[in-house]
Amino acid sequence: MNENNIILEVKNLNTRFDTPDGEVSAASEINFSLKKGESLGVVGESGSGKTQIFMALMGLLAKNGKTTGEAIFKGQNILGLPVAQLNKVRGVSLSMIFQDPMTSLNPYLKVSRQMTEVLIEHQGMNKKAALEKSIDMLELVGIPEARKRVHMYPHEFSGGMRQRVMIAIALLCEPDLLIADEPTTALDVTIQAQILDLLQDLKEKLGMSIVMITHDLGVIANMCDHVMVMYGGRVVETGSVSSLFTDARHPYTQGLLKSMPRIDGNHNEDLYAIPGQPPNLQALPKGCAFQPRCQYATERCHQEQPTTTYIDENRTASCHQLSAVTASHPMNVVEGAL
Amino acid sequence: MNTVEKAPILTVDNLKVHFPVDVGTIFTRKKTLKAVDGVSFQLYEGETLAVVGESGCGKSTLGRAVLQLLHNTDGQVVWMGQNITGNSVKEMRPLRKDMQIIFQDPLASLDPRMTIGEIIAEPLVTHHPELSKDAVKDRVREMMDIVGLLPRMINRYPHEFSGGQCQRIGIARAMILQPKVIVCDEPVSALDVSIQAQIINLLGELQKKFGLSLLFISHDLSIVRHISHRVMVLYLGNVMEIADKDDLYNSPQHPYTQALISAVPVPDPEARKKRVVLKGDLPSPINPPSGCVFRTRCLYADEQCAQTKPELINMGHSTSGENHQVSCHKVSVLDQ
Amino acid sequence: MSNALNMNDKLASFNDDSAEVAGRSLWQDARIRLMRNKAAVVSMVILSIITLMAILAPWLSAHPFDEVYWDFIQVPPNFAEGFWFGTDENGRDLFVRTLYGARVSLMVGLVATTVSLVIGVVYGAVAGYMGGRVDNLMMRFVDILYSLPFMFFVIILMVIFGRNIYLIFVALGAVEWLTMARIVRGQTLAVKKKEFVEAAHASGVSTTKIIFRHIIPNILGPVIVYMTLTIPQVILTESFLSFLGLGVQEPLTSWGVLISEGSKVMESAPWMLAFPATFLALTLFCFNFIGDGLRDALDPKDR
Repeated sequence: MNENNIILEVKNLNTRFDTPDGEVSAASEINFSLKKGESLGVVGESGSGKTQIFMALMGLLAKNGKTTGEAIFKGQNILGLPVAQLNKVRGVSLSMIFQDPMTSLNPYLKVSRQMTEVLIEHQGMNKKAALEKSIDMLELVGIPEARKRVHMYPHEFSGGMRQRVMIAIALLCEPDLLIADEPTTALDVTIQAQILDLLQDLKEKLGMSIVMITHDLGVIANMCDHVMVMYGGRVVETGSVSSLFTDARHPYTQGLLKSMPRIDGNHNEDLYAIPGQPPNLQALPKGCAFQPRCQYATERCHQEQPTTTYIDENRTASCHQLSAVTASHPMNVVEGAL
Repeated sequence: MNTVEKAPILTVDNLKVHFPVDVGTIFTRKKTLKAVDGVSFQLYEGETLAVVGESGCGKSTLGRAVLQLLHNTDGQVVWMGQNITGNSVKEMRPLRKDMQIIFQDPLASLDPRMTIGEIIAEPLVTHHPELSKDAVKDRVREMMDIVGLLPRMINRYPHEFSGGQCQRIGIARAMILQPKVIVCDEPVSALDVSIQAQIINLLGELQKKFGLSLLFISHDLSIVRHISHRVMVLYLGNVMEIADKDDLYNSPQHPYTQALISAVPVPDPEARKKRVVLKGDLPSPINPPSGCVFRTRCLYADEQCAQTKPELINMGHSTSGENHQVSCHKVSVLDQ
Repeated sequence: MSNALNMNDKLASFNDDSAEVAGRSLWQDARIRLMRNKAAVVSMVILSIITLMAILAPWLSAHPFDEVYWDFIQVPPNFAEGFWFGTDENGRDLFVRTLYGARVSLMVGLVATTVSLVIGVVYGAVAGYMGGRVDNLMMRFVDILYSLPFMFFVIILMVIFGRNIYLIFVALGAVEWLTMARIVRGQTLAVKKKEFVEAAHASGVSTTKIIFRHIIPNILGPVIVYMTLTIPQVILTESFLSFLGLGVQEPLTSWGVLISEGSKVMESAPWMLAFPATFLALTLFCFNFIGDGLRDALDPKDR
């Protein structure tokens, strides 16, 4: 528990958007920390706020977005930093890659230009050195004939190759933390496997930390050390991957795990389905956001927002009914009534 | 469960769909994109045949060609004993009430200017113009109830629903004429995980209740394992393997199927395994490799694979009595 | 089990009544957004006032539009006699003439735009939806019409049929629909690829019904926006034609004619230019603001 080991600590982060229909809270009371060299998986459905947290960290929120709280990255609070100072951090020691590589690559510029610009800007390299480094980086992420391909335009790469280019750009300045937002969702399974292996490899080689934002629990189980489960803009459960997958405590996490169709396991029964619809952030239910879909919900859940409970040192869950849920262990929970 | 009658409801024979494309910037050359290149299969009453493959393998094109929403270049689609290839739009119209389609993007598949009542009623009104307004409305309400929508939402508009509910609306529209076959084109891949299960269960329920046949197009092998009876694996418009679900997942024969199954991440941290990771990317369907289309990424490929295109070979009967077919020169080698 | 029931209750109570709920269509949404746009609302109010004044012109002024007052030739605004905008060089009341001009200008704008709308939408939607050779033929025809010199065309019409207000409607409509058809075709090509069109096709819905039920309602947004921008354009073109002496005939008048006459005596009788020009400019502004407001209100990206 060496304090210096912690690379990112987020304290009480709140993200809100002003919309014509009033203020919408995209993420509320987010607390977590990440150690050097570790990977954190962030799972949640669309609208769970999982992306917005990290967009806020990167200073990439839409204009109508506001963030409060603290995010200590390598000893410095990066929330609310002026753009000039933020630019010394983002893209340098803190990088982000996105689901659709095409939207973050400029289609009119050669890859070489897009890569060398970063190095010239942030590291003061000369053109030649920057180009060499770019080629090295492309080779590192497994692009064949990197020396030739570096002079191509983004559209000349296939989807998987484009994502590799994005990763190469993100890694140019050898960041300490890489935030990957659904990096493989748009890719085919065989390509996804390539990219996941690559990220795992790079993490070990470069000793960087990774935040993996995804809706796919399979990806998390394969990639991450810790998991944070989000629902309705709040963290509902955190823990190490091994403990959370075997012993989920929050009813939502349990439901999510059970409703995932699995390539292994039993296939002749109906899937477990969490009843109801994902929450609408503009009209969150009173009390616990999961309460309308929860089989354990009681009157208290309808009224009060649950607080974070520590199950042990590394595990938290936010649920009023933890004891009731735990009593019916996830593996023998009665099948949902719907 | 796999009691399948022997008369197929739909037979697809050597189906080919080629598109002309222009290659090059200034001096364009005409080339053909072979989206589907000789696919044959049968679909039986009450069964779910899954079509799996990666993007660009021609699975969506196949689904549309089966419904004759686009014309095939060669081959036949035989619908209940009748060859429907080359039918005119008019000739197809009466047949359409028995074959429907569900789309990937639930919201985009619903006309945003219509109420969901109008949307669901459209096929019914088209094929039964004689029905009174009240009769149509009653039927729509009944259908909404079946697919798990509150009938009183009949006058709402699609944008007022979530993705899962929109997909239910799409299913209600496809089901209202009680078709015999529904082509499901990636029906859950745009949905959240917790909603996917609801829709998959709903499709399963409807199948049991109405004896539907489903052609389930998907890239997600986990979902396919849950919903299908038989699975067909496509690669660059060619069938690699077709078998009963359990046979395919338990003993995949084709190297591509093996890699595909192994690449799926399992939500179990204990099961972190060394995956068979395929090298390289999908080749362009405009310039497919010679011989076996998969050979450029195959671990076992040799001279023979570059020379001749493998045929689908029978690997013997599987549980349902249907053949387990594989198209690979190396099957016998792989077996050992 | 009780939990499940409870859950159903909650789902049901999400919308209180058990009666059918009416939805809010995209049109209603757009109207609400338009009403939030102050510039557009003010423009609509001003435009309604101008329109109302044009309709009620004979009752708003004591003077007929074609009566010549020999005692009041080219006088500045005179409230005692009821010449609020003054008179022109023939001694006619400028106020009532401006309103009659509004009648002609607005009418030309509306009729010509409506003509272009009907032809352009149907033509463009058919061409876009059919695609292939039909599309090619139809759009080449549009290209040919485009390349005809418009002024030449109008002058020939005038020479053959004489000066006639209906001819102006026809001439303007005949030109404006070309652009409309192009816009509609482009929109149709985009909408045609949407899955709901494919769904209708897969259900066996006929081509005509697909075009009128699915395609046209979904392209109306940009069409309406373009329409509000076409109206001022048509009004301007009519003014230009009148300015050249090809417009409406005396004693009938339009804003273009009034401005043309006013500009000749700009220095000695500035009111003759100022009033009609103000009305014209105000109308054009209003239409443009409404067009902008509609564009924002109908833009689905805003959602």
